[in-house]
Amino acid sequence: MSESSVKHIRTPLARVRGYGAARSGTGHFWRQRLTAVANIPLTVAAVIIIIMLLGRNQAAVAQILGTPLVAIVMLLFIVSTTIHMRIGMQVIIEDYVHDETAKLTLIMANTFFCIAVALASAYGIFRLSFGV
Amino acid sequence: MRNELRNTARTAIILPLRPTRGLDRNTHTLGVGVERRWVNTMAEIKAPATRPLSPHLQIYRPMLTMMMSIVHRITGAGLYFGTVILAWWFLAAGSGPTGYAKFEWFAGSIIGRLILFGYTWALIHHLLGGVRHLIWDTGHGFGPSERERLAAANLIGSIAITVLLWIVGLLAMGGPR
Repeated sequence: MSESSVKHIRTPLARVRGYGAARSGTGHFWRQRLTAVANIPLTVAAVIIIIMLLGRNQAAVAQILGTPLVAIVMLLFIVSTTIHMRIGMQVIIEDYVHDETAKLTLIMANTFFCIAVALASAYGIFRLSFGV
Repeated sequence: MRNELRNTARTAIILPLRPTRGLDRNTHTLGVGVERRWVNTMAEIKAPATRPLSPHLQIYRPMLTMMMSIVHRITGAGLYFGTVILAWWFLAAGSGPTGYAKFEWFAGSIIGRLILFGYTWALIHHLLGGVRHLIWDTGHGFGPSERERLAAANLIGSIAITVLLWIVGLLAMGGPR
């Protein structure tokens, strides 16, 4: 038995990929940081927009939310936020739910919820912008 | 190499298969260190733990940083479900005056106001907490006084900014339509 084969049981391909037993790398870690950084200016912008629209009637709110700059900022906010919250909730589920079936069901429901919120919000913003 | 392998196999496979009866650290003197460790481990498992096992959340003295850690997670979970309100607002704004009136009725009600105030605080707290985590990601702010100051700034800052935003918001509500 040679020395190297004892030290490295994993195949060369597995070692190059560096994923380990979880079969995934640092994708979630990195995406959570990326969206966190994006969320800082986007949240500040969204809060300013919302305060600007407080107390206005529906026609004024629809008109301002539909302008390109406001609509694009809100769309970016929705996309970044829903990606961020999907990863965050998956971590919570993985931490507290140990039954395999319940865990997988909740992780799927988590994805469905986040996509539903993202698309419902995007639909609302697009409708305001395009007057559909 | 070969000896190492033989020892590993002996510890991992042969020893656990041996009958445990009669193996006692007090009555037997076992020559090999590995075997002694194994016997001690078995004795510890059998004996009831008389000391607190760490981390023991129920008796752990609450500290600001650990409370802030769980609050970061709770506010995150709250914001998760709160996005439904945001989506409702976008859809209501596009659905016409009747649909928007329903949203305004909710947002203006006592329950609605409480939820939105909580949502604002959760948003700001999670935002500042996120900045704190990003600072930690760079390797800074881990010192005993530093992390306490960061946690306190996070908490005080989130409450102050939330109150400030609501004062500005309520003033805006009373402004021109």
